[in-house]
Formats: sequence, C-alpha cells, structure tokens
Amino acid sequence: MTDATVTPPMRAKGKSLMADDARTQKRNAAERRFKAYGIIAILVGLSFLVFLATSILRNGIPAFTQTVVQVEFTLTQEEFDAAEGTLLKTSAYTDVFVSKLTEQVSAQGLDVEVDGKAVERLLGKVGGDLREFYKENPDQIGQPAQFQLAAASRVERYLQGKLTRDMVVDGRFLEKTDLDIVDALVDAGIITSAFDWNFITGTDTGVDNPGGAGIGASVIGSFFMMLVVLFLSLPIGVAASIYLEEFAPKNRFTDLIEVNISNLAAVPSIVFGILGLAVFIQFAHLPQSAPLVGGLVLTLMTLPTIVISTRASLKAVPPSIRDAALGVGASKMQSVFHHVLPLAMPGILTGTIIGLAQALGETAPLLLIGMVGFVAREYPDGLASGLLDPNSAMPAQIYTWAARSDEAFFEKAWGGIIVLLLFLMTMNIIAIILRRRFERRW
Amino acid sequence: MSNLLIIGIVLILGAVGFLLGRQRALAAAGGDARNLHSLPKYYGANVGLNAIVPAFGVLIVWLLAQPLLVNANVSGMLDEGASAGARNLLMADVRRVADGLDTAVSQGALTAEGAANLGTDTDNVREILADVGVALGSEVTAQTLSAAQRYRAMSATGNIWKTIIVIAASLAGLALAFMVTKPSFRARNIVETGVLAVLIFAASIAIMTTVGIVLSLVFNTIEFFRLYAASEFFFGLRWNPSFSGRGGGSELGIIPLLWGTLYISLVALIVAVPLGLFAAIYLSEYASKGVRAFAKPLLEVLAGIPTIVYGLFALLTVGPLLVEVFGEGGFLGVSWMAGGTAVMTAGLVMGIMLIPFVSSLSDDIINAVPQSLRDGSYGLGATKSETVKQVVLPAALPGIVGAILLAASRAIGETMIVVLGAGAAARLSLNPFDAMTTVTAKIVSQLTGDSDFASPEALVAFALGITLFVITLALNVFALYIVRKYREQYD
Repeated sequence: MTDATVTPPMRAKGKSLMADDARTQKRNAAERRFKAYGIIAILVGLSFLVFLATSILRNGIPAFTQTVVQVEFTLTQEEFDAAEGTLLKTSAYTDVFVSKLTEQVSAQGLDVEVDGKAVERLLGKVGGDLREFYKENPDQIGQPAQFQLAAASRVERYLQGKLTRDMVVDGRFLEKTDLDIVDALVDAGIITSAFDWNFITGTDTGVDNPGGAGIGASVIGSFFMMLVVLFLSLPIGVAASIYLEEFAPKNRFTDLIEVNISNLAAVPSIVFGILGLAVFIQFAHLPQSAPLVGGLVLTLMTLPTIVISTRASLKAVPPSIRDAALGVGASKMQSVFHHVLPLAMPGILTGTIIGLAQALGETAPLLLIGMVGFVAREYPDGLASGLLDPNSAMPAQIYTWAARSDEAFFEKAWGGIIVLLLFLMTMNIIAIILRRRFERRW
Repeated sequence: MSNLLIIGIVLILGAVGFLLGRQRALAAAGGDARNLHSLPKYYGANVGLNAIVPAFGVLIVWLLAQPLLVNANVSGMLDEGASAGARNLLMADVRRVADGLDTAVSQGALTAEGAANLGTDTDNVREILADVGVALGSEVTAQTLSAAQRYRAMSATGNIWKTIIVIAASLAGLALAFMVTKPSFRARNIVETGVLAVLIFAASIAIMTTVGIVLSLVFNTIEFFRLYAASEFFFGLRWNPSFSGRGGGSELGIIPLLWGTLYISLVALIVAVPLGLFAAIYLSEYASKGVRAFAKPLLEVLAGIPTIVYGLFALLTVGPLLVEVFGEGGFLGVSWMAGGTAVMTAGLVMGIMLIPFVSSLSDDIINAVPQSLRDGSYGLGATKSETVKQVVLPAALPGIVGAILLAASRAIGETMIVVLGAGAAARLSLNPFDAMTTVTAKIVSQLTGDSDFASPEALVAFALGITLFVITLALNVFALYIVRKYREQYD
C-alpha cells in the first residue's frame, strides 16, 4: 500500500465555503432543469386532458338543447272549420299560424313582416303539425295551447354564431330577411332554447334530418351488448381464473393458457373484429349488425381483463383461509367455492365493471361486424329482438355521425360522446366505491 | 321443435333429475344423511348433470353437423360446372328462399304442403315471399326452388331426429345416474371432477380464441393469395383497389399502408415517450405524496377514454387547429397542410393517448429499482437528477424499452384515431402534414359494407389483418421477454 499522496484540489483561497463554486452551480442548475422537465411533462399531459374535456363540453353541450319557437295559440271552432273546409288544408293552418304569430310579435311592439314561406323556411311544415295536433285532440279547439316547434337546423346554427349573415345565400332554405325575423323573435322571447329530450330518447334519422337524430336506440343496443358480455365473460372469466389460480398444475398446457391470455390482452381490437366477422358471421351465419354478435366479440376481448383482475383478487385471499377450510374437512373445490370465492368477490366485481367499461367504449370491432352504416331507426321490442335485430351501439353511432358529411351531425357526435362518457364515469365510480367499501386487507 | 324449447326440456329434465337423485340417496340411507358418502345435494347434482351434459353435447354436435350435411347434399343438386364462389352465392339464394318459405308457412300465407309443392311454372314464388316480407334479389329459378324445397325437407327431418335423440340422451343419462345412486357411491368426487372439467374448458377458451383468430386469418389469407400474387401484396408500392367489383385492375401493395402505419406510430411515440417518461420520473422520484395522488389518476384518465373520442377529437378539433397553423394562410405563413386529416393529426392525438400508457408502465419499472442503488449514488454525492440519469435509468432501461415497445404495438394496432384522423389516401410521402392511411384503416374500409368474401378487394383485409397480428404479436412477445428478463435481476 502506498500512502495517499494525491491531494484533493483545494478551494481557491479567499472563497467562502458557503458560496457554491461554478461547477456546483452548474450541477444545481441541471438539477432544477431536470425537475422542471418533469413538471412540464405532467402539466402538458394534464393540459391535453383539460383541452380534450373543454372541447368535448363546448361542442357537445349544444346537442342537448334545441332551439324552439314558443307560441301561445288558440284555435277557435270557426277557424278550425274554415281550415278544414279549404282545399289546401295544411296551408290554411299555416296561414292561421302566421296571423297568430304576427299578432304576438306586434303585441310586443316589434315590426317585422312574417309570411307563410318564411315560416316554412324557419320552422318547416308547421301547418301539418298543427292539423295533426287538432285532429288528434279535438277538445283543444277553442282552448289556449302552448306550442314548442323545433326551429330548422340553419336557424340554430345562426343563433350559435356558426352561420353568419354574409354566408347566407338567398334560396329555398334561408333568406337574409328571415334572419331579421329570427332576431325579432329572439328579442320577443318567442325563440328560446329548450332541453332536447329527443336527443336522449330518440332514434337515428337519415342523413337529411340532423336535428331529429337521437342516441336512444343505440344506448339500448349497447345495453344488450353489455348484457351478453356480462353473462358470458363473468362466469367464463371467473371459472378460468379459478382453474389457473387454484387447480392448475404447472405444466405445458397451463403455460400455454397463460401465454395466450397475456397475448390476447394486447391483440389489437380490430383483429377481434376480423375474428367475429369470420367466425360468427361468415361461419356460424349469425345475423349481421346484431348486438348478440357484438356482445360475443366484446366478450372475447374482455375476458383477459377479467381473468387478470380476478386472479389478482384470488391471490389476495390469504392461504390461511384455504388451510382452515381444508382443515375442517372441506374438499378443495368446497374450500374455493365456499370460502375463497366469496372473499374475492368485491375485487372480481370491480374488475368486471372496469372490463365492461372498456368494452362499452370499444368501436373498431363493431365496424367490421356491421354495426355502422345503417340507420338505427327502431327500438327493439323484446329480449330476442334486442339481441338479434340489427341495431347500433353508442360508439358505433358516434362514428356514423362523425362520418356523415353534414356538419350538423358533428354536434350530435360530440353530444353522443358526452352521453358515452357519462356512462363510463358512472361505471368507474361504482367500481371505485366497491373497491373502497369492500376491499379487505389481510 | 325449436332449439330453445329442446334446451328448456333438457334443463327441466336436469332439475327433475336433481330432485329424484337426492331423494333416492336419502331414501337409500334411511333418511339419515350421515350414512351417505357425500352430501345429498351431490347425488342430486350428479343425476342432474348426467341428464344435461351429454344431451347438450349431442345437441351441439348435431347443430354443427346438420347444416354441413344438408349443404353438401343440396349443393350437389346445383350446377355442376359452377365455380366455388358462384356455388356459394347460389347456396345463399337457396337458403334465403327456404327461410322465406318457412316464414310464409308460419304466417299462414302457405300451407306446409303448399310450400313443398310450389313450382316456378305455376306460382310466382318471389311475389308470395314478398307478401310475407321476404325480399328476394331476383326471380327464383326452378333449380333454386327445388333445391330450397329439398333443403327444407332435409332440415325438417333432421330437426325431428335431433329432438328425439337429444331428449333420449337426456333421459338415458338421467336413468343411468339414477340407477347407480346408492349410499356408497362417491357422488361428490364425480361432481367435482365435472366442475373441474368446466373450469378447464373455460380456461381453454383463451386458446380457442387464439386458434380462432389464427384460423380465420390464415384460411382467408390463403384464399386471397390464390387470387392475388403474394409478392405483389408484400412488395407492391401502390394501393389502389378498384371499386368496380369483379375483375382485376386492383393494385393491393401493402408498402404504402405499412409506411403510413409506421410514420404515424413514430410521430405518436415522439410525442408520448418523452412526455410519459419525464412524467414517470417526476412522479416516482420528485413528486410529493399529494401531487402523486392527484396527478397520476388524472393522467390515467387519458388511458380510459375510448378511442372513438380521440378519433373525433383528431378529426374535428386537432385537425382544423393544425391547418390554422400549418395550412395555407395560417399563422406560420407556410402551406404545408392541405386538409385536417394528416399523419401529424393522427400521430399527435395518438401520442396523447399513449402518454399514460408509457408513464404508468415506466413508473412501475422505476419504482422496482431497489432503493439501495439510489442511496449508494446519493452517498457518493450525486444530485437527484444525476442519480436518475446515471443510475436509475440505466437500471430500468430494459423495462422502459419494453414499455415503449408495448406502446408501439398499441400505436400500430390503433384503429379509430387513424380512421377518423389520418385520411384515406395511401401515399408514400415524407411530409408529416400529408394525409396517409394505415393498415387498420384499410381493414375497416375494405370490410365495411356488403362485401361478399370472394373478391380480392375484400379478402385483402384478412391478409392485412394477419400482417398486423404478426407485427403486434412479435412486438408484444419481444417486449414481455425484455421485461421478464429484467425483472429477474432483482428478485
């Protein structure tokens, strides 16, 4: 051993130990920079989230409201008889409507010319709606009635500021003078916005009527798919996990299963769509676009998620429980089904809800089995028709709207996303509550 | 008898068997369960399962076999010379007519004999079927009609035999199990073996799914390569499917699609990896408990949002925003971008989606690095960032590479964002502001709609699918291999 002769570099004379030297300052600056990068990365990530959320809310909220024209209306018996007596009955109703509307507007001290053509451009065929109402409710004749008539989508977009006066080309759909009427009616409080229940409960419409499209039918379609997923993937997933966690010997076969499950969890969802198309539709001749097929495909996709979370919660049950059961004479099967499984149930349910939430938002496989491209006009009228009749699902419906060329559908798509996210949030909150409430730590 | 009814009957027989078996066991033991080997319910369950399981097995086999047999028999009646594809179409017609006749009989428009004796020269079959709501594409030929009648007759006979045999199997199972029920019979062991078999079956569904994926991809891909040269598919530089339907003229080269896929994934990773990695480092090394509890779940919300939401976000928000910056007359005064859908749009949004994926995987891996390594580094006087850069990251590197590979496989397989955000034109270009398309987007566009699976334009989707499957599978296996290998070091 030699003596340590190397003397460490000494501080320059006259410098205080309290002051950092240049190198230390550099290192500390690097430290601060590095920390700042981390903060920036997190802030960028969170600001993306905020940006996404605001753009969903800003674009989607209008889908839930509807611009309506609110008219107090009293049709006397004489007017009814007169209108029914004419040849063009609906236009007679329109004339009555126009005169009442003019009355209301001028009563408010506003001075605009309203004629039948303009009303048709702004509100559509009002006469027909009125006639239908009075035909169905003859007792309403002579009574004051409140009408809420949906305004045309162009009016709606004008009021939202998406359509400006300069963009309007006079024509069959809208004229510049109509916008004066709209402004006057807004001032008079006759045009207001109301909550659009039709969007929640309604069915999809054709490409020509964006205003009337609703997401209700596809919510039901999604519901039936989730029913299939729940009833298949929960028992199968739990059974598979019990086998793998409690009974499986360590051999080639169980290794193969394990590898398969972890790989299936990472297979792109579109590949499951191809599987569904080839096996369930091409080979088994199940009906296209049916929620049953969608549910089967999503079941296969959800299984790995459920298996992984179920195994985790089975593993969390301490071995002493099993030993105690075996000790008092239970068979292995009894110890699992009577003791381990009930204790693991909260964890299993949490995992299942999260798996269902994933399946609910999945779109790509549904495109391949034909749940897009047609118009979901009808509600199913029972379990069998709910499972087997063509229907859409929420994400597929959103995609259908986003793929249409009419921009008015985009608003519906954003609105649909809000509905979808509300469902997902509810499911996740239930999962969190379940976990908080029932999770047991041994 | 409908399948549902048969299933119902078998289930009822099972329930009856359960009660009978339990009762017989108790009676044989003189009413004292202690004289039995197993609990009475196991004897019941044994009888019930014996009534149900073999019967269902027979039913499933029958349901699979009958259509095959009937099809083979009926398609023998059709044109001998027709190609396989044409014959499939004819068979589809036959099935439709047969189903239509069934509907007509069930609605009372035709009697059962009337349907069997229909002839094309005397009746207008198409009109009769249209009356009951079954629309046919063309007039029904004599050959199709007679084939359909044969089809119906064979199916009807098959259904009668099916009902008889399934119920007979159920009764036989019930009777046999009932006979062997006596106090010394080890019913619990039998039932538990049965339950174990069910568990094994459930576990092997994962294998069956993989096999199903592989088979459905492979068979259709082989069919595709019969119609279209494999070398042109794998090395073709142009993607230009003809929409006229039959006949050639399609150029189906995968290279432009692969290029688009990889380019978009690359952009996504360039966004996601630095952000995700720095976020993970900050959260695991610097953040206080409060910040971590707040920021980590919020970041993970990004991973829970369905991809259709990101797709719409790309199409309607990010795309137009990018055009305002990089498009003609934009803030930068450059006109690089023609439309809202582009590699950049899809890549950026996909990157956002992948941030939590990278960050939470890396977070786990960084946390798995033993504290002693950090303490050693601090002890030598290193700052926190020096420790991270020179000790923690090198130790965690294999795991982080694995995480990035998993993220890449996600990006390559992602569908909705590229379908909505990347455009539809297949293009080999270097400009990230050009619209390009990907493998997944083309699978969707080739298989959506009413394609029969006979044209190369539809079948190409399966070849694209198998390419995608192989690439993502290889990435996953490789990533898991790296992660596992790394984990062993500290165990």
